[in-house]
Amino acid sequence: MLGLIGLLTRRNVIFTLMSIEVMLNAAGLAFVAAGARWGQADGQVMFLFILAMAAAEVSVGLALVLRLHRLYKSVNIDDASTLKG
Amino acid sequence: MVLTFYVAAAIAVICTALMITRLKGVHALLYLVVSFLALATVFYTLGAPYVAVLEVIVYAGAIMVLFVFVMMMLNIGDRAIQIERAWLDPKAWIGPGILAAILLAELAYILVAPAGSPGIVPEVGPKEVGIALFGPYLFGVELVSMLLLAGIVGAYHLGWNAPGEVESLYAMESSRQRAVVSGDFVRAGVDRPTDTP
Repeated sequence: MLGLIGLLTRRNVIFTLMSIEVMLNAAGLAFVAAGARWGQADGQVMFLFILAMAAAEVSVGLALVLRLHRLYKSVNIDDASTLKG
Repeated sequence: MVLTFYVAAAIAVICTALMITRLKGVHALLYLVVSFLALATVFYTLGAPYVAVLEVIVYAGAIMVLFVFVMMMLNIGDRAIQIERAWLDPKAWIGPGILAAILLAELAYILVAPAGSPGIVPEVGPKEVGIALFGPYLFGVELVSMLLLAGIVGAYHLGWNAPGEVESLYAMESSRQRAVVSGDFVRAGVDRPTDTP
């Protein structure tokens, strides 16, 4: 919930990525809590998948941020709306 | 153990709320690291020690190092040293320091607590997780490895300092003056391999 608020309110790409991390963590917490509730290991396995996905996502995302900063000299996400029709 | 869970959860929520309200990125990163550590404590109290350890190593370690690295790369310049000195003043880290000290006290409490004290839920150790991971979820593990490979290739491709990037900058911003690069239009794609579109 807080991650979603952060995603919607901040216009900085770095903050957007951090909010995505928070949201993925919340999803992982839900999986682990559900797995702990029924005493199964499946929830933790799902958290491992989320973890790997978050790592891949954040590496590509930060590379995009570097690219964006090199192009526009800014990390404001509204500057990158030139693709808009 | 129940009190530990609630205190750690409260710290995680407070840190996340403070994170999205910081103005400077590095301060937000400090709160985010403490938030991840609090979440690791929550995982431990939920009977998932393996996930707690991975949370600390991968999230609070690797991903935060990536964030700090990029944030420092974005601030290359003459004023960067003064800016970083201003970031490191005590007002910035005293808030995350207090919250991290509370977490450390919780850790000490867990360590000195009698070993036989039952948690909230029965613990699911790394062995069960490993058996489940390489048993019914083996296909998922392969998919994750492919995803990580795609991530590596994608990050390398995006981070590569491509030739002709300055020309692409001028080509994308139509309002910018083009007379400067008008002689470069022919040379813009010469060094590109011919088999690429």
